[in-house]
Amino acid sequence: MNFLHQLWQLPFKGFESVWGSIGDFLYNNIFNFIYKQSWRILWPALGETIYMTVMSTLIAYILGLLLGIVLVTTRKGGIKPMPTFNAILGAVVNFLRSIPFLILLAMLLPITKAVVGKMMGTVAIVFPLIISAFPYVARMVEGSFNEVDPGIIEASKAMGSTTMQIIRKVLLPEALPSLINGFSICMTTILAYTAMASAAAGGGLGSVAITYGLNQRRFDIMYAASIMLVVLVQIITVTGSVLTRKKDHRLR
Amino acid sequence: MSENSRPLIEVRNLRKVYQVPGGEVVALDGINLTIEKGQIYGIIGMSGAGKSTLIRCMNKLDVPTDGQILINGENVLTMNGKQLLKMRRKVSMIFQQFNLLMQKTVSRNVRYPLEIAGVPKAKANARVKELLEIVGLESKADAYPAQLSGGQKQRVAIARALASDPEVLLCDEATSALDPMTTQSILALLQDINKRLGITVVLITHEMAVIRQICTRVAILDGGHIAEEGTVDDVFVHTRSAAGKRLFGIVATKQEEDQPPAEVPALRIVFDGGKENQPIIAGLIKKCQVDVNIISADIKRINGKPYGQMLIEMPEDEQSCRKIKDFLTGEGLTVKEVYPQ
Repeated sequence: MNFLHQLWQLPFKGFESVWGSIGDFLYNNIFNFIYKQSWRILWPALGETIYMTVMSTLIAYILGLLLGIVLVTTRKGGIKPMPTFNAILGAVVNFLRSIPFLILLAMLLPITKAVVGKMMGTVAIVFPLIISAFPYVARMVEGSFNEVDPGIIEASKAMGSTTMQIIRKVLLPEALPSLINGFSICMTTILAYTAMASAAAGGGLGSVAITYGLNQRRFDIMYAASIMLVVLVQIITVTGSVLTRKKDHRLR
Repeated sequence: MSENSRPLIEVRNLRKVYQVPGGEVVALDGINLTIEKGQIYGIIGMSGAGKSTLIRCMNKLDVPTDGQILINGENVLTMNGKQLLKMRRKVSMIFQQFNLLMQKTVSRNVRYPLEIAGVPKAKANARVKELLEIVGLESKADAYPAQLSGGQKQRVAIARALASDPEVLLCDEATSALDPMTTQSILALLQDINKRLGITVVLITHEMAVIRQICTRVAILDGGHIAEEGTVDDVFVHTRSAAGKRLFGIVATKQEEDQPPAEVPALRIVFDGGKENQPIIAGLIKKCQVDVNIISADIKRINGKPYGQMLIEMPEDEQSCRKIKDFLTGEGLTVKEVYPQ
């Protein structure tokens, strides 16, 4: 693999030859994959990454949403204040959030085994991903709800709404644009975490980049996997912000 | 009011204390109020007088520290959850900042109280249409609040408040965020609602023009106490409390209230906004053939109407004194004799 050398050379060549060099670079190192059958490694990895990301995000988001609702509702000055309960819950959330993912992954091994049936692999890693992400989601959701004008909540109280009605018909719809935005941020964060799946013998683009790229010095695969990750993040982010804008009726 | 009719809202010995770091703040103390059905009851006061707290206590958005609030004879403060929800559907509220659901259309906003009360959809939609007609916003049914002007937003809020067929409409500084023209139209709407639908209106404001324009009774709130209470005309013309005088700009300082600033006997003419752009003094000189010596005058124009007072020297002979008094009273002004102490 001499592409790193080429990359290094790039700025030193004449300006007019730069584009030619990029063409060579792309041909030698990216398009080559197709013929070198690197795609056989990359396609399944992409599928695994999407599987891990989507599964973890969906479940973590549902758990985090519920937890976030409870946090907002029971906090001091909330719809149904329960300060002590709120403080305990908040402490638990902060505790979970403060453990680095790799350590949590290791700590959870026995529980993962009990819940999923195995400790390692792409499917098993979804569990620690969820546990690591849902407190984060809860805080994101809490932030979204805090953006809702307290006056609106007050007005719905004054109209005789029950707590559940306020949550379902006021808090959730009013925070929806912000929640969508938060969802896409959570998804990109979880996507980044899936790169660490290799630590638990999981698959995915991150694993491929590390095992093939870093360990076997096949930098082409490392770059291709990274570019695919970048594209995934772009898709998620752009979709998220487009939906956020589309759903927000305050901006029209 | 007939004697046996029960007041709609009674506030008894209401006290509200806020706990703040390093002590407590008494927002309301010993408030007693009676609001009869069909009134437009104004509560006026400077910022920080406690008026917002008072109106928010009426539907228990704020919980009073002590006292009683009776609505149709039922104590709001001892109600359980279910009774409270039921009461709140009969006591609607509108706000300074409108507080509309920003992610829902105008018609969904107005339908909200019906949705939470479990009214069937078809019936609710018909009612929404009716309510939007009352406030004159039929054409904006599918607009979002962000597309509306401030006055239109308040109209939506009023339509929403009326959806649950309330007995009382509480207005928390409902016109304070609006320009004078829009304020006029919202006040006219409130008056119309009061007359046509028989809904009692309680409004708090710091603008005396609002009180003057639509209220039947007024309470002046000052430092958590009621300084003065009565019919609007009475309170405006015969302002007794220092707080009231400060609010109406009649007397700048407190001591002027009892001591005439003049060394000689004088007549105090009170302008309560009734006479617009009329040359009173010129008329007085012409009609009564007297010399008028103005000692002091402090008159402010609010919405083009004069408010304030003027002190003129009292003539020595009783006859011309009476003549002056008769003339001014005939013009609808209040005249009072003041003597140096």
